[in-house]
Amino acid sequence: MPRLASQPDLSQRTISDEIADRHALEQDAAASEGRGLAAHPRRDFAPYRSTLLRHPTHELVRADPEEIELVSPAFGHTDVAAEEADLTIQHTGEPLGERIIVTGRVLDGEGRPVRNQLVEIWQANASGRYVHKRDQHPAPLDPNFTGVGRIITGDDGSYRLTTIKPGAYPWKNHRNAWRPAHIHFSFFGSAFTQRLITQMYFPGDPLFALDPIFQSIVDPAARERLVAAYDHDVSEPEWAIGYHWDVVLTGPKSTWMEPEDADHA
Amino acid sequence: MPEQTDRTEQTTPLGQTPSQTVGPFFGYALPYDGGPDVRAPWLPDAIRLHGAVFDGAGDPIPDAIVEIWGADAAGRPSTERGSFTRDQHGFTGFGRAAVDRDGHYSFTTIKPGAMRDGSAPYLLVTIFARGVLQHLFTRAYFGDEPAANAADPLLARVDPARRGTLVAESDAPGSYRFDVRLQGEGETVFLDYGTEL
Repeated sequence: MPRLASQPDLSQRTISDEIADRHALEQDAAASEGRGLAAHPRRDFAPYRSTLLRHPTHELVRADPEEIELVSPAFGHTDVAAEEADLTIQHTGEPLGERIIVTGRVLDGEGRPVRNQLVEIWQANASGRYVHKRDQHPAPLDPNFTGVGRIITGDDGSYRLTTIKPGAYPWKNHRNAWRPAHIHFSFFGSAFTQRLITQMYFPGDPLFALDPIFQSIVDPAARERLVAAYDHDVSEPEWAIGYHWDVVLTGPKSTWMEPEDADHA
Repeated sequence: MPEQTDRTEQTTPLGQTPSQTVGPFFGYALPYDGGPDVRAPWLPDAIRLHGAVFDGAGDPIPDAIVEIWGADAAGRPSTERGSFTRDQHGFTGFGRAAVDRDGHYSFTTIKPGAMRDGSAPYLLVTIFARGVLQHLFTRAYFGDEPAANAADPLLARVDPARRGTLVAESDAPGSYRFDVRLQGEGETVFLDYGTEL
């Protein structure tokens, strides 16, 4: 199979330098304004080149959420079957790779469970290949693994999925660019303003420091919140390795009042 | 004294889990049959909301995915289940549509009622794409509601030169066009609900 087209002029060194420069800028700005670092990634994080033409340049306009934004769509067992939480049983044979269990709870900022809400996941197979027609990574597809699952959280906000540990894979951001192994997760909160799509990573990945998508989160403590923990109590003897990952969906910081004499935003 | 006890039991707010891009390879995972059909198209109250998503060079984005969430005709959010398995007669209010190669998406839904006295009806629109590290929220108001729009508190706060980016204009009977520009000329107004941490 043909190798991926690469961008020989753009080295990891250049990207890593850009990451370090931006992190320093963000730290200086936060220190001089006496605030903490942002939890979410910077949408204009240039080391991730696809952001360049895809981030807004105007400041977002602060909106007072109305009722539709303070609730979420209702999903339930009419929408999602229990078997969809196990990505290893979707075909006639067993998928190749390391069988894992990922479990945790979805909570709001006050630690209250996000109950009976939808979690969607998708991922590459053990070889780092997605079942997607535009994934050109010359790694094998696995006829017994699709890599898509859905779960409805329990009354305690818990979810639990069984899958295969995904492989790292190359991408074209720069020469010799590799994404750390990750599982894509999509969450709905109690309010639509808590909507979140993110990626869960595995502990100790040597690619973390090099990856402009992971490093687009400039706060190291916030980055750590995307890394699952190995949990021996979740591992099952002679069956699967266990990881624990809790997710927090905060709501609006405070009740916000429409300013009486607001300038046009 | 009881107040003091309450205070000491308060826990520190938990840290938000950060967003990451939806990436390029969601196409076999997130779209689903019936996702864009929030209301069955043959029902008399069905409307179409469609448009395209553009980048800062004015080119259509072929790998974005759009979600809408809206109230019913009376301005109330639906509590019906079944957004994934539509029964063709109900209304859950939630829809999801991946854009095509020309960046175009299309939903059928209901034109919502206003949720508050003095505010205009709208659909909440959420944009996810490769290169978008955190999704973007916006609202699609309706061009054939000029009086309600003129009184709406959010629209009133937006720079008049940019206000039109929040309005879906009628382009055919029962059809509204809502283009989204992520950057540059005509950049869409995106919203912060106090969750930009």
